[in-house]
Amino acid sequence: MGDIGLGHYLAVAAILFAIGMAGIFLNRKNVIVILMSIELMLLAVNINLVAFSQFLGDLTGQVFAFMVLTVAAAESAVGLAILVAYFRNRGDISVADANLMKH
Amino acid sequence: MTDIMNGFSYAIPEVMLAVGAMALLIAGVFFGDKSAKPISLAAVLLLAAALLAALFIEPKQGASLFGGAFRADAFATFAKIIIYAAGAFAILMSDRYLAGEKLGRFEYPVLIVLATFGMSLMASANDLISLYMGIETHSLALYILAAFNRDSRRSTEAGLKYFVLGALSSGMLLYGASLIYGFAGSTSFQEIARVASASGADAGLIVGLVFLISGLAFKVSAAPFHMWAPDVYEGAPTPVTAFFASAPKIAGMALFVRALVAPFPDIIDQWRPVIAAIAIASMLIGAFSAIAQTNIKRLMAYSSIGHMGYALIGLAAGTKEGVSAVLIYMAIYVVMTIGTFACILLMRRRGGLTENISDLAGLSRTNGPMGLVVTILFFSLAGVPVTAGFFGKWFVFVAAVNAHMVWLAVVGAVISVISAYYYLRVVWIMWFNDPAPAFERGTAPALGFTAALCAVLIFPILVMPPFIGALIVAAQNAAAALF
Repeated sequence: MGDIGLGHYLAVAAILFAIGMAGIFLNRKNVIVILMSIELMLLAVNINLVAFSQFLGDLTGQVFAFMVLTVAAAESAVGLAILVAYFRNRGDISVADANLMKH
Repeated sequence: MTDIMNGFSYAIPEVMLAVGAMALLIAGVFFGDKSAKPISLAAVLLLAAALLAALFIEPKQGASLFGGAFRADAFATFAKIIIYAAGAFAILMSDRYLAGEKLGRFEYPVLIVLATFGMSLMASANDLISLYMGIETHSLALYILAAFNRDSRRSTEAGLKYFVLGALSSGMLLYGASLIYGFAGSTSFQEIARVASASGADAGLIVGLVFLISGLAFKVSAAPFHMWAPDVYEGAPTPVTAFFASAPKIAGMALFVRALVAPFPDIIDQWRPVIAAIAIASMLIGAFSAIAQTNIKRLMAYSSIGHMGYALIGLAAGTKEGVSAVLIYMAIYVVMTIGTFACILLMRRRGGLTENISDLAGLSRTNGPMGLVVTILFFSLAGVPVTAGFFGKWFVFVAAVNAHMVWLAVVGAVISVISAYYYLRVVWIMWFNDPAPAFERGTAPALGFTAALCAVLIFPILVMPPFIGALIVAAQNAAAALF
């Protein structure tokens, strides 16, 4: 059994980030899933920051992670509020139907 | 303790905006929507006061506050003055529209002030954490503003699209920031610059830089991250679109410049081709996608994508001259954009705003002054010589040539000739097509004043040597603060 090093943490974060991004682009059904994917991306970043912070012996990364957590909460609140307004006008939250404005 | 107090003295504009926005919010909650007008007026005065404060407190040599996270210098001041002015005009221009759409709520000016506060932080950000906080503070306010007409399907859809794509781009930017932090060992731009010049083009730094550039390109709607702009511009309430097209662009561009020039000056060979490619792609998208548009707000969205491309040429040059060219370009761009949107808000007939280019037909005969104003602004947007828009492009191209990127300047000049087609087509429609029904007149003096002021600034004021000279000197001083 090898030790778990920085590379492992970065790999986990990269995979989570990729899953979050794929969730935004592949999902055609539900906007809530997009909100969850965004959250996943931000949490992947937090893993990066905390892992770097630990391995560099520098606290800045953990401070940054707390900032990201706070902003993520605010972002979810704003996102859900817009989603509620959208739902009231449309009656559904399907991604594929968000096409009022054409190219 | 004295150190902290000194710090606040250079951040007075931001403190004023943050405290003022909270005070206005409380006043709004107490007095309800009937207080929307006085609160709008107070917000305009607050922005004007912040603008004056930014002018007067500017430290000569630049000052780093809050442990170096916040930098007050000539570069930040230049951007802030334009941002505050654009915010104030966005509130002034909204009056008639919000009354007509029965949207006169006090939250509108408060959100604009909060967004300008965030943009102000972006202009001064000198650290990855303050960069991210600035971007998010302004973005969260802008998402809500896009969906401000909450009973409109189009407005809420615009808000939702902007939110989803904005959050995605913030995520990418943040991932890049985390990698840069990890491989440079610090979030401070100066420290990153030291590590980057010592270790050269480290792979981890480069990957982080690519993510950071993607996120920033999204915020200024540069191709290939521009896809949100046309939909959001079309769907959002028109005064909000005017705001989107002006203040966040200069804030985003200022941040883009500082986040590349301050921490990564020694690996410019790594990011210069990327910026050049983004610039060319933006100019092409702006020139060709705009041709088929019938909605004037969509046209302006593509126009703005193209203009970001020209401004990025100056950043690709990466020199002091290039940075000052970016600032001159953005200052002129903001004036043109605000003027054009004031005209779009004046396209009002009985029953509301019209947004089709065909509604402008024969404008020179039905409303001569407005026709003249739109003509001046569109000539300038196209970059026709002897308008201010021409000088903006000129300085950017000269900076590229002096940085040994003649090919980029040539590509830019060719595309700007191509893009002149759709601007001049609008002018043609206004002067030579059969008149469409006339627009309402005299209902919104603030809009008429704004449009006329911007047109006079574009031509002839900003092409007269003393005024363009003053702008150039200010931009050069601002650029010198980064080098």
